[in-house]
Amino acid sequence: MRDFNYAPAHSVEEAFAADGADTMAIAGGTEILNWFRLGIAAPGRLIDIGRIEGLDTIERDGDALTIGALATLNQIGAHQLVQDHARVLAQACLAAASPQVRNRATIGGNVLQKTRCAYFRAEAPLPWGCNKRDSGTGCAAFDGLNDRHAIFGWTEDCVAVQPSDPAVALTALDAEVEIAGPAGKRNIAATELHLTQADAAAEGLDPARAETRLAPGEVITGYRLPIRPAARSAYVKVRERASYEYALVSAAAVIELSGDAIRRVALALGSVAQKPWRLAEAEQRLVGLPPTRDAVLPVLKQCFGEARPLEHNGYKVAMAAGAAARAIVEAAR
Amino acid sequence: MDGSGVRLDVAFEVNGRAVAAQVEPRTTLLDFLRDRLHLTGTKKGCNEGACGTCTVLVDGKRMNSCLTLAIQCAGRAVTTIEGIGSEGALHPVQQAFIDHDAFQCGYCTPGQILSAIACIEEGHATDPDTVREWMSGNLCRCSAYPQITAAVLDAAAAVRS
Repeated sequence: MRDFNYAPAHSVEEAFAADGADTMAIAGGTEILNWFRLGIAAPGRLIDIGRIEGLDTIERDGDALTIGALATLNQIGAHQLVQDHARVLAQACLAAASPQVRNRATIGGNVLQKTRCAYFRAEAPLPWGCNKRDSGTGCAAFDGLNDRHAIFGWTEDCVAVQPSDPAVALTALDAEVEIAGPAGKRNIAATELHLTQADAAAEGLDPARAETRLAPGEVITGYRLPIRPAARSAYVKVRERASYEYALVSAAAVIELSGDAIRRVALALGSVAQKPWRLAEAEQRLVGLPPTRDAVLPVLKQCFGEARPLEHNGYKVAMAAGAAARAIVEAAR
Repeated sequence: MDGSGVRLDVAFEVNGRAVAAQVEPRTTLLDFLRDRLHLTGTKKGCNEGACGTCTVLVDGKRMNSCLTLAIQCAGRAVTTIEGIGSEGALHPVQQAFIDHDAFQCGYCTPGQILSAIACIEEGHATDPDTVREWMSGNLCRCSAYPQITAAVLDAAAAVRS
């Protein structure tokens, strides 16, 4: 690990110097310390934003729930307001990582983690190509083992997925991401925070390396979640062991019922693209159906027309449809 | 900008004792405990947050010391396996691990015990399934999981009584 200088920030403004290159912000550190070990990043200076006062609060503000960026995943998962108004987020936070990692990991940093692609997450110098690590070297996963990779939004430059669990819940909840930076404050929809490789290419950005719409020096300060009094929600994470594992696919459902029928549903999938993937077509077509597996699964299966599986991850299409169906059923329960 | 050669002052508490030192900012709490304080009870396994054997308590909360910089602990109180019991007066969790034969090689045990103390304190040591979920951040490659689960439940009962 390259040696670096370190300074604590006492205000959000002091974090604006973190350009993401030679100066980086650290909070929990559970992700970026591993970047430094692997050579994914090697900054000369860290700004510790982890002790900025007032950034870890969870509060109700009128019709919204506000969550500070420094709230830890365990803190959010255990919080009564979150369990009452955004159960899917509490479940997603507690499904992530391990108890001791969740005591350090913050909701601000969690959504900025990078892919678990084994070709990306190896020690430098890499013996294979990875455009996300070194532009122009190719994508070993596109031609290699890609069973954990994207079925939506990828390009031949990169087929990685975003592994965050909370990001999937925040997207289904229509959360807003509160951002502060040198140019001022702004809010963007959680759905708009991340970029697929195709999104990045369409915006003229590096398709393998541009992963979010955050500008250099910008930091996430919190989230604003609309409270829908009639909504119920659930998070389903499918993985190869019962705990402490990344998702093969995951699904977040936020539903409102009218009698026995779905009146409104928001669905987001995780680990299928480099951003949480909203199933917009399904959200339209499921309205009016009962929230049962028999009713929703056949419709969900018809809503994967945009999916482009790679050589080894065709299973994700069926698994994602099944996870979405389970999330709806569990939300209704 | 280059951080090479930088040393910063840090002061915090380890097992109730005040510690002040100059550290390279990149020094993890794990390396600081082992290499500077010679508290080698805290083990280094994966060094990437995947195995849990480096688990310590920071202000009473369990954390992976390999994912924590020593400099980030300024003003905190750290508890390691050396700080929770003594030879003549074992912590109830230590005694339960012995009673249940909850280890073979023992390498994961310090982390398991610190994690179990927190698991009980958090109120998560209620039944076998809940213990397995909330102890899932500590791997045991000898696979003493049934005994560890039993020890945590037994210790929880002992701590409560």
